Amino acid sequence: MASITLKDLVKTYGDVEVLHHVDGAIEDGEFIVIVGPSGCGKSTLLRMVAGLETVTSGEIRIGEKVVNQLEPADRDIAMVFQNYALYPHMSVRENMAYGLKIRKIGKAEIERRVQEAADILEIGPYLDRKPRQLSGGQRQRVAMGRAIVRNPQVFLFDEPLSNLDAKLRVQMRLEIRKLQQRLGVTSIYVTHDQVEAMTLGDRLMVLNGGYVEQFGTPIELYDRPATLFVAGFIGSPSMNFLPATAGGGALILGNGASLQGAGHASGSVTLGIRPEHLLPDENGPIRVSVQLFEQLGANTLVHGVLEGTETDVVASLPGHVSADPGTIMGFTAPAKDLHVFDPATGRRVEE
Amino acid sequence: MIENRPILNIVSHVVLIFGVLIVALPIWITFVAATHDPVRMTQAPIPMLPGGYFWENFKQTLFGGGLSGTETAPVWRMLLNSLFMALMISFGKIAISLLSAFAIVYFKFPFRMGFFWLIFITLMLPVEVRILPTFEVVADLGMLNSYWGLSIPLIASATATFMFRQVFLTIPDEMLESARIDGAGPMRFFWDILIPLSRTNIAALFVILFIYGWNQYLWPLLITTETDMTTIVMSIKQMLEAAEQSPQWNIIMMTALLAMIPPVFVVVAMQRLFVQGLTETDK
Repeated sequence: MASITLKDLVKTYGDVEVLHHVDGAIEDGEFIVIVGPSGCGKSTLLRMVAGLETVTSGEIRIGEKVVNQLEPADRDIAMVFQNYALYPHMSVRENMAYGLKIRKIGKAEIERRVQEAADILEIGPYLDRKPRQLSGGQRQRVAMGRAIVRNPQVFLFDEPLSNLDAKLRVQMRLEIRKLQQRLGVTSIYVTHDQVEAMTLGDRLMVLNGGYVEQFGTPIELYDRPATLFVAGFIGSPSMNFLPATAGGGALILGNGASLQGAGHASGSVTLGIRPEHLLPDENGPIRVSVQLFEQLGANTLVHGVLEGTETDVVASLPGHVSADPGTIMGFTAPAKDLHVFDPATGRRVEE
Repeated sequence: MIENRPILNIVSHVVLIFGVLIVALPIWITFVAATHDPVRMTQAPIPMLPGGYFWENFKQTLFGGGLSGTETAPVWRMLLNSLFMALMISFGKIAISLLSAFAIVYFKFPFRMGFFWLIFITLMLPVEVRILPTFEVVADLGMLNSYWGLSIPLIASATATFMFRQVFLTIPDEMLESARIDGAGPMRFFWDILIPLSRTNIAALFVILFIYGWNQYLWPLLITTETDMTTIVMSIKQMLEAAEQSPQWNIIMMTALLAMIPPVFVVVAMQRLFVQGLTETDK
């Protein structure tokens, strides 16, 4: 078990800088999810921790040891790849034992550890099969088994669930979480799926364009997104952004409607309201011209535009709601659920 | 085409049988000629049905002096020479190409692509083109009339290097990364992962290269002067001219028949792997 420290980490390919001065302190036993859109550098960051990519500048520490120059095998890590990267010509048992065999661990000890990992992951019956004879979920387990038998200080997951179907993904997500809690191994998990990120991580690092947008617990990110990007990325359906003018504690929307709760902001701002925070209220200030409804069963998504403007608005209402397109619906939002951002910098305007 | 029309079935069978007959006829004549006595073979027309001298011819060809009145090596010796040469060529080519493809695909060194193209343009220089300089080199190294001389100049192979490069490129990078995390060094990765994953390709290449080596004619003809080192393919031609009298077709055809057996055996034995190796893309 170990902590991981990233200090001023930079990665360049040729002249292109893909990671810009990333800092982060990960505590022993923590489950960290790095999340962001494709090409944001999240996999690169993970691979730098794994030792598969060189570090251009900065420092990576696992425990107290600086590992910048160490080979992956010497960093005491285990990695689960997106396509599992199981050796196709070896049986499940051999796949799991391979790393131990290279480390010259005794036969009996290898057998014991493989058996133990197989028990944890319930893959005992498949130990003598080849990877191609297994289903996607089983391969996934084998890939995790290969990580577990090593008893590493750090687990690294590179989008391990993205090749599975939706239902299995939810199930495996829970299993990974349980497993990590049981073993208590510091883990870094990369994904582009914000739901996965929210449910798995003790803390989330949101990356965008090689910058860390925010690093915090899922609830922090949801309640107080630091930037427009985080606000739009975390939460589903994503946050509504309405251009507004702030002044004297009030917000004036594009169509002239006024809301309370601007804090200290003034001038032109971007107002963010989550769809689930829009409460139906016939006399509410936010008037939406309805275009269509999406019925999800437990709740209904109302799509429309802010009356008199072109700004799209989505509201999530509990239960079944329906109305004719073109109807005007009124909404209010509690002042605590309003997020005010500076449109120029994209940063949150603090209250 | 998957169609159920009886006429079409008959027509396609006729076409196929006709094709088989054309291909098989020379082999049949070879076999028939190897079963007659020498006198019958000099009379026209040539026989189309087997005679009764198969075992006599077989024994005389394989273990006897072969052709009467000449100084060729016994055929078993030639078969052995050919076998050694073909095996050395195929194993040598496979080993060298595997290693060079490994270097080109998995290591970053200066002029990597330059080396690759350098290997690639040797495709334009088969042994026939560089035969005199190569002979000079082999002669200077004192390798005339030896198995080394027979095989080494033919071992370098751009085709096989290229093929293994393509095979290695289809192996996902994660395999290498996973092995690195498992702690496997380069040679360990090569032995434990790359070789098993290219098993079928190696087998397919072995079949092709074995036949290539077995069928070598010009090069052995040039560098072997001792009868003990002659290979079977070149000596069939020599047998035609060797004897003073008219060609002894029964013995020559029996030799040809024997010369066919090892390549056929290799193809038949490795057929399944051969087809897999050339068609399989799933890694």
